[in-house]
Amino acid sequence: MLEIRNISKTFYPKTVNERVAIRDLSLSLPEGDFVTVIGGNGAGKSTLFNLIAGSLMVDSGQILLDGQDITYLPEYKRAFKIGRLFQDPLKGTAPSMTIEENLSLAYLRGRSRGLSWGLSKKNEAFFKEILSTLDLGLENRLKSKVGLLSGGQRQAITLLMATIATPKLLLLDEHTAALDPGTADKVLNLTKRIVAENKITTIMITHNITSALECGNRTIMMEDGNIILDLAGEERKNKTVEDILTLFREKSKKEFDNDRMILG
Amino acid sequence: MNLLAFQGAIEQGLMYGLVALGLFVSYRILNVADLTVDGSFTLGAAVSVMMAFNGHPWLGILLAVLAGMCAGIVTGLLQTKLRVQPILAGILTMTALYSINIWVMDGKPNVNLIGKDTIYTPFKTFFDAMGWRSPAGKGWEDLVVSFLFTSLAVVLVVLFLKTQIGFAVRATGDNENMVRSSSINSDVTKLIGLAIANGSVGLAGAVLAQSQRFADASMGIGMVVIGLASLIIGEVILGHGGVLRGALAMIVGSILYRIIIAFVLARNVAASDLKLLSAVIVAVAISYPVLKEKIMLMRQKRKLTKGGDDRA
Repeated sequence: MLEIRNISKTFYPKTVNERVAIRDLSLSLPEGDFVTVIGGNGAGKSTLFNLIAGSLMVDSGQILLDGQDITYLPEYKRAFKIGRLFQDPLKGTAPSMTIEENLSLAYLRGRSRGLSWGLSKKNEAFFKEILSTLDLGLENRLKSKVGLLSGGQRQAITLLMATIATPKLLLLDEHTAALDPGTADKVLNLTKRIVAENKITTIMITHNITSALECGNRTIMMEDGNIILDLAGEERKNKTVEDILTLFREKSKKEFDNDRMILG
Repeated sequence: MNLLAFQGAIEQGLMYGLVALGLFVSYRILNVADLTVDGSFTLGAAVSVMMAFNGHPWLGILLAVLAGMCAGIVTGLLQTKLRVQPILAGILTMTALYSINIWVMDGKPNVNLIGKDTIYTPFKTFFDAMGWRSPAGKGWEDLVVSFLFTSLAVVLVVLFLKTQIGFAVRATGDNENMVRSSSINSDVTKLIGLAIANGSVGLAGAVLAQSQRFADASMGIGMVVIGLASLIIGEVILGHGGVLRGALAMIVGSILYRIIIAFVLARNVAASDLKLLSAVIVAVAISYPVLKEKIMLMRQKRKLTKGGDDRA
């Protein structure tokens, strides 16, 4: 499904601030894989997402999605097939538009937009139905402006928006990190359910090693712009949080000083 | 203020309301301070007057709208494809338009339509034949025609903003990130928004110029500020609501602005002072939330400090 071949990205090349963010990285994801990504700050996790989604362009290498070379495709065209969530719940929704309008906008992802009405009765029923699965009472608030909702509610809606037109690939960049523990749990469970129901190929960045091991079927660890550990199957099943931390210390050959890691 | 001035204020309010409607799209919906307006207003006026001069008043209105849209697209291209800062992009187009507007007017700084037919002529002929005159003793034609054009523009803009593309344009000003990740090219939605905004402004210039039978290369100076003043007045009166309410607020704001101006002029204030007045209205209105917060904080501080003294 996703095939990343030897990509590299350097910020501020040929200056004193030169920093290699991604170093000759390759990754292959079969259809339906749910990969969790862990790694310290500055390991290149978010840069990897930016390169896949097209917010940044690679310096070298190739990215293929669903058999198509997307290496030089602009971000909005890649969005035909990629859904994405950020840590900041405000990033995924248009605050001055209503829930219904936001969902309608997302529902047309990957399709051409015309001068027909943005809202339709048929969609309204469908939106109500999927909103009710969130169990947040939002199905009765279709006409409320999204800006009036809480961070957790907005992130749940963003998740719906990213998956309402089923994407080929879903990128989740610490999408529960800014939420309170209860809400984070809810959004994470929702994520698992939607991904499983629609069999979406997913990559999720997280700092929570427990959920990294619990979610999905594969875990990769990044350090210094590359993948230093790739766990799947039996090997992954038997790992505990402690094991992962030990592995991380060994692999990265440095003390584990990342205070954002939640030992949980 | 007499009845004649009042009717004039409403007519002008309806015409300039189209400028405010344009700014509603660019400033409120797209969240871009678009300074093209000073130029595209005059462009609309120049095109409409030149076409009317040559015997095509209605075609002149249509071409004025298209010319305004083109001006908006130029600003949009500067902003999106060439990454010029939005404000500078508008200033560049506005400045370039000054020269272009004089080309349009055959190298002259102003053109008048004395003795020529305008879009108002058939209405005037009809009303005169029927013997209908307003209580102010003025013809109805300006009021009727400006009302027709302004309502048509409001309806079209509101309907457009409710379409799928309209949604995309609205979301662009709200959260560009989200727009791109919904597979929408945000460069295109900005172009569309700026085209519509300046099309409306061009229409304002066109309708106004034929009504006063005159176009002048400098008639657009300060138009952005006048438009913003109307926008703010309208929003104070009608508040923020949906798209329809927002668009109607522009027209109401513009009419009130013109009534205020007529009122001020009746107090023997020089017409040249009006720009100063508009600028002050906009500055105060935009900074109002900040000022309010500062005053509240000062009051709170004084109250709390006083309380502290009591306990001491």
